[in-house]
Formats: sequence, structure tokens, C-alpha cells
Amino acid sequence: MTEQGEPPDSRSSSRLPTHSARRKDADMTDAAAREPPPEHTDFHEVEDGEDLFPEPRAEQEESQPASLPAVDISTNSNGPKQDSLFDDDAEDLFAEATEEVSLDSPERDVLLSDGPSPAITPITPPTSVITPRLGHAHDDMFTHSSFDEIEEEEGGDAFDIHISVSDPEKVGDGMNAYMAYKVTTKTSMSLFKLKDFSVKRRFSDFLGLHSKLASKYLHIGYIVPPAPEKSIVGMTKVKVGKEDQSSNEFVEKRRSALERYLMRTVKHPILLKDPDVLQFLESSELPRAVNTQALSSAGILRMVNKAADAVNKMTIKMNESDAWFEEKQQHFENLDVQLRKLHASMESLVCHRKELSVNTAQFAKSAAMLGNSEDHTALSRALSQLAEVEEKIDQLHQDQANADFYLFSELLGDYVRLITAVKGVFDHRMKTWQKWQDSQMLLQKKREAEAKLQFTNKPDKLQQAKDEIKEEIEELEGKVQQGERDFEQISKTIRKEVSRFEKERVKDFKTIIIKYLESLVQTQQQLIKYWDAFLPEAKAIS
Amino acid sequence: MTSLDEASKEKLRSVSVDLNNDASLLIDIPDALCERDKVKFTVHTKTTLSSFQKPDFSVPRQHEDFIWLHDTLVETEDYAGLIIPPAPPKPDFESPREKMHKLGEGEATMTKEEYTKMKQELEAEYLAVFKKTVQVHEVFLQRLSSHPVLSKDRNFQIFLEYDQDLSVRRKNAKEMFGGFFKNMVKSADEVLISGVKEVDDFFEQEKTFLLDYYSKIKDSTAKAEKMTRSHKNIADDYIHISATLNSLCAEDSTPNKKNMEKLSDLFEKLRKVEGRVASDQELKLTELLRYYMRDIQAAKDLLYRRARALADYENSNKALDKARLKSKDIPQAEEHQRQCLQKFDKLSESAKKELTSFKGRRVVAFRKNLIEMAELEIKHAKNNVALLQGCIDLLKSN
Repeated sequence: MTEQGEPPDSRSSSRLPTHSARRKDADMTDAAAREPPPEHTDFHEVEDGEDLFPEPRAEQEESQPASLPAVDISTNSNGPKQDSLFDDDAEDLFAEATEEVSLDSPERDVLLSDGPSPAITPITPPTSVITPRLGHAHDDMFTHSSFDEIEEEEGGDAFDIHISVSDPEKVGDGMNAYMAYKVTTKTSMSLFKLKDFSVKRRFSDFLGLHSKLASKYLHIGYIVPPAPEKSIVGMTKVKVGKEDQSSNEFVEKRRSALERYLMRTVKHPILLKDPDVLQFLESSELPRAVNTQALSSAGILRMVNKAADAVNKMTIKMNESDAWFEEKQQHFENLDVQLRKLHASMESLVCHRKELSVNTAQFAKSAAMLGNSEDHTALSRALSQLAEVEEKIDQLHQDQANADFYLFSELLGDYVRLITAVKGVFDHRMKTWQKWQDSQMLLQKKREAEAKLQFTNKPDKLQQAKDEIKEEIEELEGKVQQGERDFEQISKTIRKEVSRFEKERVKDFKTIIIKYLESLVQTQQQLIKYWDAFLPEAKAIS
Repeated sequence: MTSLDEASKEKLRSVSVDLNNDASLLIDIPDALCERDKVKFTVHTKTTLSSFQKPDFSVPRQHEDFIWLHDTLVETEDYAGLIIPPAPPKPDFESPREKMHKLGEGEATMTKEEYTKMKQELEAEYLAVFKKTVQVHEVFLQRLSSHPVLSKDRNFQIFLEYDQDLSVRRKNAKEMFGGFFKNMVKSADEVLISGVKEVDDFFEQEKTFLLDYYSKIKDSTAKAEKMTRSHKNIADDYIHISATLNSLCAEDSTPNKKNMEKLSDLFEKLRKVEGRVASDQELKLTELLRYYMRDIQAAKDLLYRRARALADYENSNKALDKARLKSKDIPQAEEHQRQCLQKFDKLSESAKKELTSFKGRRVVAFRKNLIEMAELEIKHAKNNVALLQGCIDLLKSN
């Protein structure tokens, strides 16, 4: 509320230093993209090596002429135009901020806040071109200027949103075919334009969304729910047009996974308000996220980065001053092992129950034949009845196997992947710490160099050198400070996130386990019904 | 030494009913010893018949002794018109032994608790196989003792009474009979199928019925066995799930801990129920089918023997015609023909009786077992519901 009243000038002037600092950052990181100095690793710290930046979207730029100048400015600041991946993506990030982001809008405040300043920023557009976006949003929701505060304030809306993914439809033919899913959102939250709306999305759209969220939030400590896994085999079957049991099951498995993914994402208070998420849910058309393909150049880059990540992880030895983090990391390691084991046992259970269903069906057929063959009338009828009961029971087992899978087994699979994301967030903290330490070391070196300058024997160049070094030291001091702030911020964020995650986990498990147990109860009650109906038939044998 | 109490034996004895009711000759197998592959049965007899030396006695017997007894009965011509109770199958510990081996290999991947539970489960399975084999041997003897003709067989008496090692006697017997009938029975399918002309409607029907029924029941037995195996696999999965949940809650310090504990406990109980469902299904359904599959084979054997006797009679007719043509040895031929006819008629009469009572026996056994199976399924399902509902309520109240 207060920020709206402030005159734009003062705001923009107050923003400029950070803006220029950002530009400098951008310079440095841009340079990093070209050569591999230690800071290079900053870029590729994104979870699962997903795309750092979404691909360029020409359409967006056209529909938002206002943003075009912004694009120019940023690329200018990055030096001569290049075809580097980084440049295109920088452009994108502007367009990427969905429609436009107002200076006064909370999005921008959030992005510009002094607290967290991620190395890879959704670069803030210059003030002149920005126009308000979320006009329909209640202002009272967005009165604060930091992530932390947004989380704490409940705002006007209670969490009330339900997303469903349905109606898988095959679009196109052959190897270019894909499945389109209908994403329906039902909500009373003022965050959205409507209360009930749906859009069509394909799998790569979901991956694109995750990729964007990961690039924005993972490295500052937010646990971004991972997207469902790709499956080249599964999709190929669908593309080729095999309308069989296994490809139907694949589509259903994927549909269910996509639904869970979206629900988990919106349950996160920060992610829910992210413009990319909102756009994903609301906007009727979404430009294709091409770089999510496994075999694209971006895909290969991801794989390389993943490898680099693994190596880096091994070499960072952090002095953990906070026992909480050590404890939690150990906790998540253990949880990971146990959940994987449980998941494996559940998968075995699903498999055996499916076998039981098949075997029961086969027995039913056999019993029917036996009943036909039996010449004693009453026994013959009883055997036929037995066959019918067993046939119903085989369907029961099949349904139970599905419940085993979709309720319990998939839940475990989701959490195994989520915990990988959690571990990634801890890793980012380590890297942030490393970066801070690196800056400190560099500063130390420069100071030593400065001291040494006193003893140089080229007095005419001395002053120039001294000035240069002084400037560098100043800059490094700023960096060290920033590094420390970053580290503290990410630590703080992680604490909050972990606590939220654990709460969610407990709730999630409890809800789903109760549902699963209720499915087991249903099966048993049906069994009782079936056998109860059969009993008089058996007794009728004379 | 495994002692089986009356109650569990009563349960096991369900496949064949109305046995061991005649106080003049009561047989049971109260004890059995398992040494490596060999099972030693203690056959206990209680009798009021004077043909036996003592009123109450026991002897040790091996599986091979049972087979010997069965074979001598099959090869006794006087019993050609009877359904000889099927020989008990060889004790087969292959399945639990293989599982035990696999368990040993997988020991490293399980927690101590898990391993102990799996081992217990395996020992129970071993015990179940053991009980089954004792039961099936016992039923064999009881079928004999309750049969009006077979109970009086001399070899049967020797089997029950002879207090020394039977294996010596067994060898002699084999040399005497040379397995003639056995060989005949093996090729009997062709005899029957090649269509020995059947005059009697009853036997024509029986033949068709038994042939068809045999193949169907053999198939059903195999399928029922697969079903039981799946149930057992599920019970094993529950063990692993319970153990892992236990590990999870040991590690957990959140309110989730209590939930995990309850869940782990629940799965432990569920697996016990599932195990019982599997074993009850096995006893009431699979074993029932298996037993009657063998019994039907025995009935088929009877038909084969009758078909053979019919063939003999027809051959003797032909021989008589030939003799008449040649005007040579007519009285012998006539006598031979008369004997064949007599044998055939006697066999047919006895076979008819046997087959009719067999059907009755079969229907009664099926009825009893199907009712018991349905009742047990209901009982176990109700048990499951109670366990599950209890856990759900606990979780919801938390």
C-alpha cells in the first residue's frame, strides 16, 4: 500500500545502484559464460540441470511492444551482441516475466529486493517501460518487499485452489504427435482472473514451467517440486499409435503425475504467485519449451552440467557452523534410503497383486470349465458360481493393485524425487558459501597485492596501479558483503522451506495413507459380500 | 519330531470324509520325523479285529513303503473292479528349500528383524508342507481301512503290523509282480480312446465324463496353486513393507513417527492374515482339487482295467469262433470265454458300485470344502476390515 504512493523517480533512483550493480554482475557472469572461471559454476547450479533460461519467444515480444526497448537495453549492457545462449535468454527473461511487471507491483519488488540477489536474476527491466500487470490482484496482498514477508502475511485469500489434469488427447501423427492435456483450475482466490477455467497443455509445457521455476528459485533455497519424468519409450509407443493396455496405462500414469505436480507447485505459497505459474494455468497459448527435449543442445548442456555438479559437490568442504543443517542433511539422506526401499517394496506388491488378479481370472475360467464338465447338477452349479465369484474377485484385485500404485507407490516415488530437490537446495547453500569464501579469498589477495604495491619501483605507474587496486578492493568488499548476505538469506530460506516441507510431508502421507487404507477396507468388504453370496450356493449342494 | 494334535489333524483331514469311523480298525499317523529328504512316519493302529496280533501298536514307515502297498493292491487281480485309493505323492520340500536358499542370499539387504520374520514365514511354510504330506499319507491308509474289501488285504495287514524293515519284503514283491498291470495302465489311454465298443450306457457316460473331468480338474489344480502362490508373495511383500516402515519411524522425529509405527504394525498383522488366507485356500481348494484329480485317475484306472477285461472277453469270443471253425479245443475255448465273461461281469458290477459311491464321496467332499473355504474367506476378510478400520481411526484421531 505504501509503495504505491511513492513517486516513481525516487524509486527508480533508489533502484539504480542495484541495477547497475546487476548489470555489472551480468557482465561478469556473461564473461563467465565465455570462459570457465570458478564463478562459471554459478550458472549451472540449477536443479537437475534444467534450462537456465527459457527459450526466446518471438510472439511474446510482439504482443508487448513496451518490453522491446527493455530488451535492447539489457543486451547492450551485456556488451556486443552475440549469439550466446545467455543473451537470448536474457531477452527472454523480460518477455518471460509474463505480461509486464510494474515497478510498483509486488513481483518486481520481490525480484528487486536487496535480500536475496541470485546470481541468475530474472533481470529487472528498466523502470520506464514497465506497466502494471496484476491490476486485478488485491493490493493488500502485496504490501511487502521481500519473499519472507509475503510468506508470512496470509493476505485476503485462504488457500483454495484445485487443479485437475484430464482428457488426454493425441494431437498430430507419427513422431511429431503429442498428447495434449486439459488443465482445469477451480479457485476462489483473487490471484486469478476467473473462478473456473481450463487450458490445453502438453508435457513439454510442464517441463518448461518447472525449468523456469527451478532457475528462479532453487539457487536461493526454495524447494521447487520436480516435474514428472520423461519417458522416451512410453511416449514413442503413444506416438506410434499403439492403442493398447500398456500405452493407456502410461498416459494415465502421466496424467496423474502431472496433476500431482501442479497441485504440489501451487501449494507452495511463493510459487503459487509466480507469474509463470499463473500464466501456465491461465493463458490460452503458451510458446513451446523446446529446450526441454532430452536430445537438444540444451539437453546435452544439462547433462554436462550435471556431471560438473557432481564433481563440484565432492570438492566443496564446508565448515558447518550450524548443527541444524548437518542434522537435517543426515535426516534427508536416511529418509531417501528408506523411502526408496519402501517404494521398491510397494512396486513389488503392485506386481504381485496384478499377478494374483491374472491368476484368479485364469482359475475362474478353469473352474467354469470344470463346472460345465461336472455331471452332478448341484455341484456343477456351485462350481459355476465359484467361477463367477472368482471372476469378480480378480477384478477386485486389479482395482486394488491400481490403488496400491496410484495412491501409495506413486506418492513414494514423488517423495523420492522431492527429496532429491531438497538435497539440491542444501547443495546450493554450500555453493553460495563457497562463492562467499572465494570472494573473501580474492579480497585477501588483492589486499596483499595492494600492500605489495608500496614496494614497487615504478613510481610513475604506482598511482594508477594503486587506484586500480583500490577500485577492485572496493568492488570485492561489496561482493564479500553480498556473499555473506546471500549465504545468510539462503540459510534462512532453507530453514523455513524445510519446516514447511516436513509439515507438508506429514500431512500428505497421512491423507494419502488413510485413503489407501480405506481402499483396502473397501476391497475386503467387497470380498465379504461376494463370499457371502456364494455360501448358500455351496450349501445347496446335495 | 512333530506331534500333530487332534484338532489340527481334524482340520487337515477334510479332503476325504467319513473315514476312520469304524472302531474295529482305526489308523492314524501321530508322529513324523523329517531327516534331510527322508520322512519317517509313525503309523499307529488300534483294532478290535482278531486277525491282528495286538490291539494297539505302531510301526515306522517310509514313503516308499506306502508306494509298495499301493502297487501291490493295484496288481492284485481280485481288486481289479475296485477304485484303488491313489498313492500319496512323494514329500516335496523343494519349494521351501529353494526359498530358504534365496533368503540366505538376500540376507545382507534386509534388516535383522525383516530377516527373522522371513525366516519364520519360511519355517511355517516348511511345516505346512510337512503337515500336508503327513495328512495325505494318513488319508491313504484310512481309505483302505474303511473299504470293506481292501481293509482285509493281507499286504495291508503286513504294512500295518510288520515291525521290521519292509524294504526287504518290498524287493521280493517287485520281482514277483513285475509291474505288469502298471505297464498296462500306462498305455491304457489308447485302449479306451481307440473305442472298445461300449454296450453299457452307464460306462459310456462315465468314460466320457471322467476323461473330460480329469483334464479340467488337472488344469484347475494348477491354476489354484498359482493363485495361492500369489497370495504368499503378497504376504511376503507386507513383511518388507512393515520392516521398512519400522526403519522409517525409528528415524523420524516428527508427528509422522506415530503414524508410521501404527502403519508398520498394521502391515505386520495384515501379512499374517494374508498368510492364513493363502494356506486356507491351499488346503480347502488346491488340495481338494489335487486329491480328487488323483482319485479320478484311480477311477480311470478302473475303467482301463474293465476295458481290458472287455477286450479279453472279445478276444476269447474270437478264439472260440476260431476253435469252432477248426473244430479243435472247443471246450477249452468255451471255458476260457465263460471265465472272461464272468470276470468282466464281476468287474463291471463292482466298478458300477465303486463309481457311484465315488461320485457321492466327491460331491460331499466338495460341498464340505467349498463351504469351509467361503466361511474362512469371510472370516479373514472381516478380520482385515477390523484391523484396517482400527488403524484408520487411530490415524484420523491423531
